[in-house]
Amino acid sequence: MRSLSFFFVFLLSLFPILCFSFNPESPTDRRVLVLLDDFSLKSSHSIFFNSLKSRGLNLDFKLSDDPSLSLQRYGQYLYDALIIFSPSTEKFGGSLDLAAVIDFVDSGHDLILAADSTASDLIKNIATECGVDFDEDSSAMVIDHKSYAISGTEGEHTLIVSDDFIQSDAILGETKIEAPVLFKGIAHSVNAANSLVLKVLSASPSAYSANPESKLLSPPLLTGSAISLVSVVQARNNARIMITGSLDLFSNRLLRTAVQKSGSQDKYDKSGNELFVTEISKWVFHERGHLKAVNLRHLRVGETDEPAMYRIKDDLKFSVEIYEWSGKSWEPYVADDVQVQFYMMSPYVLKTLSTNGKGLYHASFKVPDVYGVFQFKVDYHRLGYASLSLSKQIPVRPFRHNEYERFITTAFPYYGASFTMMAGFFIFSILFLYNK
Amino acid sequence: MAAVATMPVSDLLKSFKLKTKQQELLIRVSILCLVYILAFITRLFSVLRYESMIHEFDPYFNYRTTLYLTQNGFYDFWNWFDYESWYPLGRIVGGTLYPGLMITAALIYRILHFLRFAVHIREVCVLTAPFFASNTTLVAYFFGKEIWDTGAGLVAAILISVCPGYISRSVAGSYDNEGVAIFALLFTFYLFVKAVNTGSLAWSLASAFGYFYMVSAWGGYVFIINLIPLYVLVLLITGRYSMRLYVAYNCMYVLGMLLAMQIRFVGFQHVQSGEHMAAMGVFFLMQVFYFLDWVKHMLSDTKLFQAFLRITVTCAVAVGTIALGLGMLSGYISPWTGRFYSLLDPTYAKDHIPIIASVSEHQPTAWSSFMFDFHILLFLFPAGLYFCFKRLSDATIFIVMYGLTSMYFAGVMVRLILVATPAVCLISSIAVSATVKNLTVLLRSKNKGVQTGSTKGSSSSKASSKALLDQSQPFQKNGAIALLFGAFYLLSKYATHCTWVTSEAYSSPSIVLAARGAHGNRVIFDDYREAYFWLRQNTPPDAKVMSWWDYGYQITAMGNRTVIVDNNTWNNTHIATVGRAMSSYEDEAIEIMRSLDVNYVLVVFGGVTGYSSDDINKFLWMVRIGGGVFPVIKEPDYLVNGEYRVDKGAAPKMLNCLMYKLCYYRFGEMLTEYGKPPGYDRARGVEIGNKDIKLEHLEEAFTTSNWIVRIYKVKPPNNRW
Repeated sequence: MRSLSFFFVFLLSLFPILCFSFNPESPTDRRVLVLLDDFSLKSSHSIFFNSLKSRGLNLDFKLSDDPSLSLQRYGQYLYDALIIFSPSTEKFGGSLDLAAVIDFVDSGHDLILAADSTASDLIKNIATECGVDFDEDSSAMVIDHKSYAISGTEGEHTLIVSDDFIQSDAILGETKIEAPVLFKGIAHSVNAANSLVLKVLSASPSAYSANPESKLLSPPLLTGSAISLVSVVQARNNARIMITGSLDLFSNRLLRTAVQKSGSQDKYDKSGNELFVTEISKWVFHERGHLKAVNLRHLRVGETDEPAMYRIKDDLKFSVEIYEWSGKSWEPYVADDVQVQFYMMSPYVLKTLSTNGKGLYHASFKVPDVYGVFQFKVDYHRLGYASLSLSKQIPVRPFRHNEYERFITTAFPYYGASFTMMAGFFIFSILFLYNK
Repeated sequence: MAAVATMPVSDLLKSFKLKTKQQELLIRVSILCLVYILAFITRLFSVLRYESMIHEFDPYFNYRTTLYLTQNGFYDFWNWFDYESWYPLGRIVGGTLYPGLMITAALIYRILHFLRFAVHIREVCVLTAPFFASNTTLVAYFFGKEIWDTGAGLVAAILISVCPGYISRSVAGSYDNEGVAIFALLFTFYLFVKAVNTGSLAWSLASAFGYFYMVSAWGGYVFIINLIPLYVLVLLITGRYSMRLYVAYNCMYVLGMLLAMQIRFVGFQHVQSGEHMAAMGVFFLMQVFYFLDWVKHMLSDTKLFQAFLRITVTCAVAVGTIALGLGMLSGYISPWTGRFYSLLDPTYAKDHIPIIASVSEHQPTAWSSFMFDFHILLFLFPAGLYFCFKRLSDATIFIVMYGLTSMYFAGVMVRLILVATPAVCLISSIAVSATVKNLTVLLRSKNKGVQTGSTKGSSSSKASSKALLDQSQPFQKNGAIALLFGAFYLLSKYATHCTWVTSEAYSSPSIVLAARGAHGNRVIFDDYREAYFWLRQNTPPDAKVMSWWDYGYQITAMGNRTVIVDNNTWNNTHIATVGRAMSSYEDEAIEIMRSLDVNYVLVVFGGVTGYSSDDINKFLWMVRIGGGVFPVIKEPDYLVNGEYRVDKGAAPKMLNCLMYKLCYYRFGEMLTEYGKPPGYDRARGVEIGNKDIKLEHLEEAFTTSNWIVRIYKVKPPNNRW
């Protein structure tokens, strides 16, 4: 009986660990649900999946119409990330639907969505919710008659190459992707109203989106570099989404093909796809570019406890620690452009923080001569990095009645005048009253 | 009245072997005691009807500050910087309030605790106003005694103890500045008149301290600092200048000014603000006057004196004008404030300062409210003036001037009826006392001939009493009896009217609403407290609540949450920003709300209960105040042919602005009254025009049981956009 109860206590203590494998302390995703149209994709895209597995991710392959599909149980999410490689699915099985996927993202989980020319409305709607609009013409593909891949089998120039990457080490890693990326799929554009979506891989200016099998009667809707081939979104809660119009982008076939861009002499033995998808999946699964800011502290100079309120013209020290997740541990984040604002409707103080290289950022400044409810604000948004928006409210009060200067030098003539006046009045009164 | 009361009990008193003087004293004291108690208990209706609670809006701020004072001590109170109101600007509470009320209540609280009465500070606050009303009756007695006689004093005490004009601001729970300020006002005036009558430095000093207390209690002290110089000026012009006046005014002005400067909120206004310049001008004028008097005394040659007078007066006027002009031009002397202008010109606020005009108690007074608040005093007042003019003295001139000026101000602003009330009571008491005295003299002069004194006659029935005098003696006596009964009838009518008004109109806390149900039973709407309690329990402690400024004090005091604007309307731009948010479309409003870090929006809505002073009815003021600072808000956009409506014919901007949406959200589905379509607004008696309201950036967080208060939560920005 007793051992049983101990066992329960032990289980209960383990419970949080079992439930929250995704937590702010180690943001890398662990459990990934992969939705497939059919299981043959497991072998045709095995290189990509194996690279994920080798990084320690736990992949759970399921058919998209599996009736037992569910992202959460008892209010807890079972997965940290979702890969949807089932472009033609009209309806997910189980309890999964558009709203569930969006809720999954809105609660801080990641998503990789790949479509192709068979993309269903459901997949397109998920993309639209994330600020990405696929070409409405369902038979259209990206065609590029100038920067296509030279290969024996293609005559329609739908297998295109692109090397127009976003310039961000955080998203694409520090190793430069030398070889261009092969792409075969449908075009999308990013919604101009959405400020969070980024084009990671754009098509060349000569690309357009049309049906390769029919004659082009009207000018295509999407052309040139407005076409995005791969886009990412980092939501406000730092959930990361990758959307592409090509499922083949991840396939073994394109990962292993030699590539030569038309009109170019450079010939590569292997396309850039492998490096590209590996690096971008690292970013999506929070193995890179994830920042955290902790220990936001502020002190009056010469004190050790954080005050509840400042006085105008106080000197204060502000510090915050910023770390970057390296995939395994938190490393100090080093940058010279982190700023702190002392903010009340507009920033009264804006100061660049200096760092000690070990993650600590600090600055000291004088509280402005304005009272009110201020905020320390650190708003750090860098391309590819998780955005930091910290704010801490702190009231600033005016002087107390006994904090003003007791005597002001410039006022000495007035003090003199009033005291001589008083003395004079006193003497005058005595003389007037008693000198008859 | 005292004289009448003496007659039936005099036999009884004889057994106690008291002399007439002692008898009279005893009666006087017992009457005063009764009046003192009466003044207190007649103000307790609200406590009996509802509960011991603070009323209305401003008293909640006063209560909160008093609480702070008792908990943190005087210095923390003095230096209090309140960051829970006027977010994000904050408010220096210690420097922007009149601390007299709070200090008084805290002092009473301390004394009671010292005497081992473990009362809660709220009870002290609730009962402060009735307590001071009782004290006012005593002051009224002494004042009446000073200007007329003890009889008039007693009548004044009785009249003022139940006068609705005063009760409206001093019922239990109405914990506002006016509660103690009327006492301080009357006390200062009494001491000043006493000082003028006696020429005593001590009384003058006392009146300076009375003035100090008044300054610490209420902004209405400006009335004193302008009325007294005006009075002095009138005395100078009418040739009633005396050494007594010189001593009284100079001592009172100089000391009063120095003392008033100790109040942080007033500061240097006595020497820097245009409203206080009259007092200073009169002060200098008195010095010139005294100087001239002295020179006249020294110079025997009248011609020489005439020349000297001409030169001195010209010089004095020139110097005064130049000083004033330079002060005004350099900005050292601030010009008159809008509030002051609106007192002199009732239409000023309407055209220039909508925020003053928007307050209902700043509206010009209707005749009915004079009748309501004064009843028979309205007729006795001119009669009293007649008596005053018949027996002119320094004191009666003062009360006449007080009465006339305050009556004018009472006509300009509803709330200033309060200031006029003591004057009206005093002057009316003179009328009552003099009339009754004359009539009783007539009755008691049994066998003597017609006394010359009785020809003074009575007030309203002066003509008839004169006619009576020509008749034979018994007829005259009967007439006097009839008139006495008439006077008693009127006075008893006054008493019943006052009680009725107090119980029906002035004892409602306005935070708890009462209505009559279908079967005549009382229905209580306690929605305000329900909402504030919800805020207190369900929102994070640093949540910011945006509402129209009327509810600011209540939200901070009862909900304990930060507000954007409150009833201390010191920053017009901030209020206009809130007005603009309320009158914009939702997506424009959300920008404003985000910039102010607003988490919750609170609106008051009376469409379900028929409560008419809700935000929809106040909405045009929000538009006007918002439009006064931000011209993008235009009043005509919300009107149709100059008409304000919320039904189908309303202006499109009206139907889609934030305030409309927040008030009528989900209201279109609701059946409020039998036989009416859904979405029937009972406060305005129309079916609303926009029943399909969708909110994009806000979500309903809480609606009270009778829908009077609705609270919305501001959603965080879209996660993926």
